[in-house]
This record gives sequence, C-alpha cells and structure tokens, in this order.
Amino acid sequence: MAKPMTRHDAQLLPLSFTLNGRLQDLDVEPHELLLDVVRDRLGLTGAKRSCDVQVCGACTLLVDGRPVSACTTLAFEVRGRSVLTIEGLAENGKLHPLQQAFIEHGGFQCGFCTPGMILAAKALLDENPSPTEAELKHFMHGNICRCTGYKKIIESIMAAAEKMRRNG
Amino acid sequence: MLRRFRLEEPESVAEASELLGRFGESAKLYAGGTELLLAMKEGLVQYERLINIKKLKSLSEVSARDDTINIGALCTHHELETSMLLQQKVPALHKLEQNVANVRVRQCGTLGGNLCFAEPHADPGTLLMALGAKFIAEKSSGKREITADDFFVDAYETSLQPDELLTEIRVPVPGEYFRSAYLKFGYLERPSVGVAVAFNLNGAGLADVKVAVGCAGPAPRRVAEAEAVLSGKSKDDAAASLAEAGAAAGRASQAMSDLHGSQEYKEHIVGVLLKRAFQSAAG
Repeated sequence: MAKPMTRHDAQLLPLSFTLNGRLQDLDVEPHELLLDVVRDRLGLTGAKRSCDVQVCGACTLLVDGRPVSACTTLAFEVRGRSVLTIEGLAENGKLHPLQQAFIEHGGFQCGFCTPGMILAAKALLDENPSPTEAELKHFMHGNICRCTGYKKIIESIMAAAEKMRRNG
Repeated sequence: MLRRFRLEEPESVAEASELLGRFGESAKLYAGGTELLLAMKEGLVQYERLINIKKLKSLSEVSARDDTINIGALCTHHELETSMLLQQKVPALHKLEQNVANVRVRQCGTLGGNLCFAEPHADPGTLLMALGAKFIAEKSSGKREITADDFFVDAYETSLQPDELLTEIRVPVPGEYFRSAYLKFGYLERPSVGVAVAFNLNGAGLADVKVAVGCAGPAPRRVAEAEAVLSGKSKDDAAASLAEAGAAAGRASQAMSDLHGSQEYKEHIVGVLLKRAFQSAAG
C-alpha cells in the first residue's frame, strides 16, 4: 500500500498556459485538479463542481477549443495549451451570441449548469456551425440541467447558431 | 479530492516498463485518467506515483498495415471517432467510439486505458473480441501478442504482467463478406449490457460466427453457446433461431445483479440486443 505523502514531499511542476487569452505562469503539484486551480487559485468561479465524476458537465472548460471536465483533469495537463472559461467568452463587454441567446430564449433557470452548457455549445458550433437537432443532442447529452427540461437550451443554441451563421 | 502523488514522465516504452518494474504496486500508468482519477478521488485506490505515458507519441497513431488496422493504445476516443481510416475500414468500431460515454470523456479517455482499466461496464472490449482483435503488450525485454479473448481476466483485471504496457490494438481488416455490429443498452451513465456480433455471410451461410457479451458480468466474454446456434445456418435460418441464440447468450453471459439491473433483466436484454445486432449486421 502506498505511503501517504505530506506537504514535505511536494513535487512542484511549472505550469505555463493561456487562460482566457492571457498567459499564466504558476507552479502546481501533480495532484492539483484544473477545476481547483481555476476556481481557488485564479478566482474564476464560473465552472462549477457538481457530480465530480465527468457525468454532469457543470465543470466544462474548453482546452484548445475542446470540452473537458475540469473536475477530472490534472492541472499540469494544460501545459502550453489554451484554456477558455465562461469569464473569457464576452469580448469588450459584449456578450457572445450564445450568451445572448440563452438570455433571450430563457435557456437557464438557476444558472448552475449554464457556463458548462454554453462552453460545450461553443465547441460544437465552432466545429459544426449548422448542427441538426440530433447532432446537437448527441454532442450535448453529457451536459445535465435539472431545471429547464432542455427544450429552451436547445432553442437557445439553435438560435445562436443561426445568428452566428448570419453574422459570418 | 486527490491525495498527493509524484509524477514520472518516461520518454520511451522501455523506460515506462522499467518504472513499473521498479515501483511495483505503488505506481500506476496514467494516460487519459478518465477512470483512474475517479477511483483515486473516491479513495478506492491510491498510488505514490503516476507514470504519465502521454509523451510516447508513437502510441497515438492509427495506421493500416497488411491485413490489420493498428491502433496506438494512446489514441483517444475522440481521435478514433474522427478517424477516416477507422470509419472506412472498421465501421462498427468507429460507430462504437462515437457513442462512448460523453464528449468530454471521449476527448481525454484513451482506447488503451479503457481496455487496461477493465471496468466491467465498458464498450470497446466486447466488440474487439467479436472482431478478433489482438493486443500488443510490451516491456523492456520484448513484446508479445494477446488475443482479445485472453486479455480480460476479471473485473479490473487483465492478463498484462506488472511491467507490461499495452501499446497497440490490431484489428483484422474485414473482408468482403464480413458483417458486424455492436449494440448497448442502459439507463445509467454506463451500459447495462453490450452485445457484439460478427460473422462472414456468403452463399454458403454464416461462418466464423463470433458473439461477445459485455457489461452484464465481471468481464466481456465470448459466448460459444450462442455462436454454435447460428454457425453454418443460412441467413434466414439464423434469423429464425435468434430467440434460441439469444437465450443461450443470456445464460452464458455470467450476468450479475448490480445497479445496472438484475441478473434476469440483463440476461433478457442480452437476447434482445443479440437479435437486433444480428439484424443490423445481416442487413
């Protein structure tokens, strides 16, 4: 059986990565999770810890544009990579079309799942600007909402997709 | 909450094998981490060291060679679901990869990690058995081939030796008459039952029939009893024998009652999925 390790045994790994467009340099221990580093050390609390087992999607972040569960990603894994959280989505105070659509179409109620929903939807629309409803449901089925029944979320994403296509 | 561990990052398979040999049970290979980190967070297992093998870039390739498609063990499910080569050559496996867990698990999780962790409620092992896949195991002193049938020993247990790494999955390229399908069913995040069917179908009827069942019991397994029912029959005769074959497969599946369903329920679902998988494969 493994011996418990103490702070004295700490192994520090240099971690340099881009967070919402800005370079971050810090040291992390191997066991530190991306979600804890982003929330507790860097103060960005949009990503939520919920199921903690990669099922619900509330902790979704985009790493190089692809969705990952920050609750089950070791922080050192984002070395040299680009991480986007919900806090980095609006540009110069202007909401992203997905954020605007979630407001206009009532795509959230309590809001707990919303950052993950919007980031997952962004990843989908970046790779497939015109998803069918079936493709949208397949991509998003790992993001769980306990309020809306999903109809409004799907409407929001479809409306955002249309607007993004129109605006090129 | 994860406990502290140290990180090793070997640059070669031989170096990784040496680390496994040196640190024994206090260390564990780490690739995608989608299964391992969950077990560690729950405190079910703990290690002094994780050996991150993602620097072994040569294990992330899909290639066609002679009569096989060779899949590096570090290929993620996402790399496989977007592989044109896999889509063209082994469409049943490509389709399975599109439906593993969810988009975030597919982004990080690797095929090799999935197989080595040997979580009973997993998809790929079952289909790889029916496809006649072979796995390459390597260590410092050499490499060997393990058939998919011989790889899975029990829940969370494979036939890999302590200092061996799974490096490659070799899937025979299906011939002109080859048909296969994998279907799963479940009501939780993981499947309750998965069934894979493969056979050659020409004028003489069904040959080389392979049926494998996963998730129902502790490890995926071939069910020879169901294969015997279907072997040598014409397509129509086989279709008329699906109830018998399905019942045989259910009985032979070693189904266990758990959160994902009772033994009886799983045995029934095995039969339903076998019938549908056969119909999907036979067309």
